[in-house]
Amino acid sequence: MKEKCFIRGIGVVSAQGIWRSDFFDEAVEITVSKAYAEQPSYKELIAPNMIRRMSKGIKMGIYAAQQALDEAGVSELDAVITGTGLGCLEDSEKFLKNVLDNDEEFLTPTSFIQSTHNTVGAQIALRLGCKAYNFTYVNGAVSFESALLDSLEQLQGGDAHSILVGGIDEISGHTFTLKQLIGEVKADDVQETIRTSNSAGVNYGEGATFFTLSHVSSVDSYAEVVDVCVQNRLDKEELADFVDRFLDVNKLDRSVISALVLGNSGDITYDHYFEELGKLFEDRVQLYYKHLYGHSDIASAFGMATAAYVLKEQSIPENIVWKAGKQIPLTYVLLYNQYKGRDHSLVLLKRS
Amino acid sequence: MEELKEELKGKIIEVLNLEDIEVSDINDDDSLFGDGLGLDSIDALELIVLLDKGYGIKLSDPKQGKAIFESINTMADFISKNRTK
Repeated sequence: MKEKCFIRGIGVVSAQGIWRSDFFDEAVEITVSKAYAEQPSYKELIAPNMIRRMSKGIKMGIYAAQQALDEAGVSELDAVITGTGLGCLEDSEKFLKNVLDNDEEFLTPTSFIQSTHNTVGAQIALRLGCKAYNFTYVNGAVSFESALLDSLEQLQGGDAHSILVGGIDEISGHTFTLKQLIGEVKADDVQETIRTSNSAGVNYGEGATFFTLSHVSSVDSYAEVVDVCVQNRLDKEELADFVDRFLDVNKLDRSVISALVLGNSGDITYDHYFEELGKLFEDRVQLYYKHLYGHSDIASAFGMATAAYVLKEQSIPENIVWKAGKQIPLTYVLLYNQYKGRDHSLVLLKRS
Repeated sequence: MEELKEELKGKIIEVLNLEDIEVSDINDDDSLFGDGLGLDSIDALELIVLLDKGYGIKLSDPKQGKAIFESINTMADFISKNRTK
């Protein structure tokens, strides 16, 4: 028999600050093209001789991971699994700039060591003294979902009992200037929200979101992760079949879904995918989250935190409602995300 | 020499990102490694690059490093005798 997978703890560092009980009450909609994370104080968590070498991506990851562990009251882990789209960009840029500026001489070790994508997962484990399975997925906009799928299979298969899973992405100078030049990120002078967006590109948001997953539930559990699936390419016309097959595998149908959590990003070229999926659940409440977190390859991790929060609280903060629907008890919440018409993902959460 | 020592302290703080440490917090004869500033082996590599990039000194024998990087005094002394820029 398959074991289950429960969300026992959540940790977030984002443009809205850290995860807290009044997170959504105080959240303010993002209107800038690059939303930098509000950095908490790291001194209480990370030793001074370590902190001075860490880029913000690593620090955000460590903070969010510790928050998720603290909330769950878990200290023994069977795996640390991380998703990231762009990895430790700050140090990558620093290292490459040194290579160019100094004609491939005078290369210092620190930025090189910490420029790899798996640095965050490694530093989390190093700090915890955790020598268990440690893996980082770099799969574009399904990086987090890939990490989640790995976690789910390990927990459901009985190979692990407690797993720390999450995602991080950070904003850096040069890469984001280029992203703005090619229109992936909105220009600095464009001040649009997801609802008012009239242009291509996204408002990008950096941050980290981590979860403590466990095979056993507790009174404080947020929700159960039932299933996750990813698909690289999908035409809009294939969405219904994609959703139905996913639900069918789990012996469910569309009628059981209480709410949708959609990854609308304000990119008018591709947001029609979300509209199309919404049509399959016309009378159900539709929620969104990237207006609070910003878009990134791992923003969907924050989407899962949003869905988990809603399921646990059994209430929906007004500022995350994309489209109102009929009031029904929140039992199953379906998350859908895609980026630029690729990297489609579905995650199904159930009230625990 | 005093000017070089102050310059070195500033560069070390900047290169090693020593948060919360000011130039005035580092004494000329403080140990840079161990009980003093608490630098480690990765910092040693950064200091070797600092000597090369800032003062044109290539350390051919890494064993020299232990004596050179003992304190600001020893570093400044070595730099003033061997600098090429």
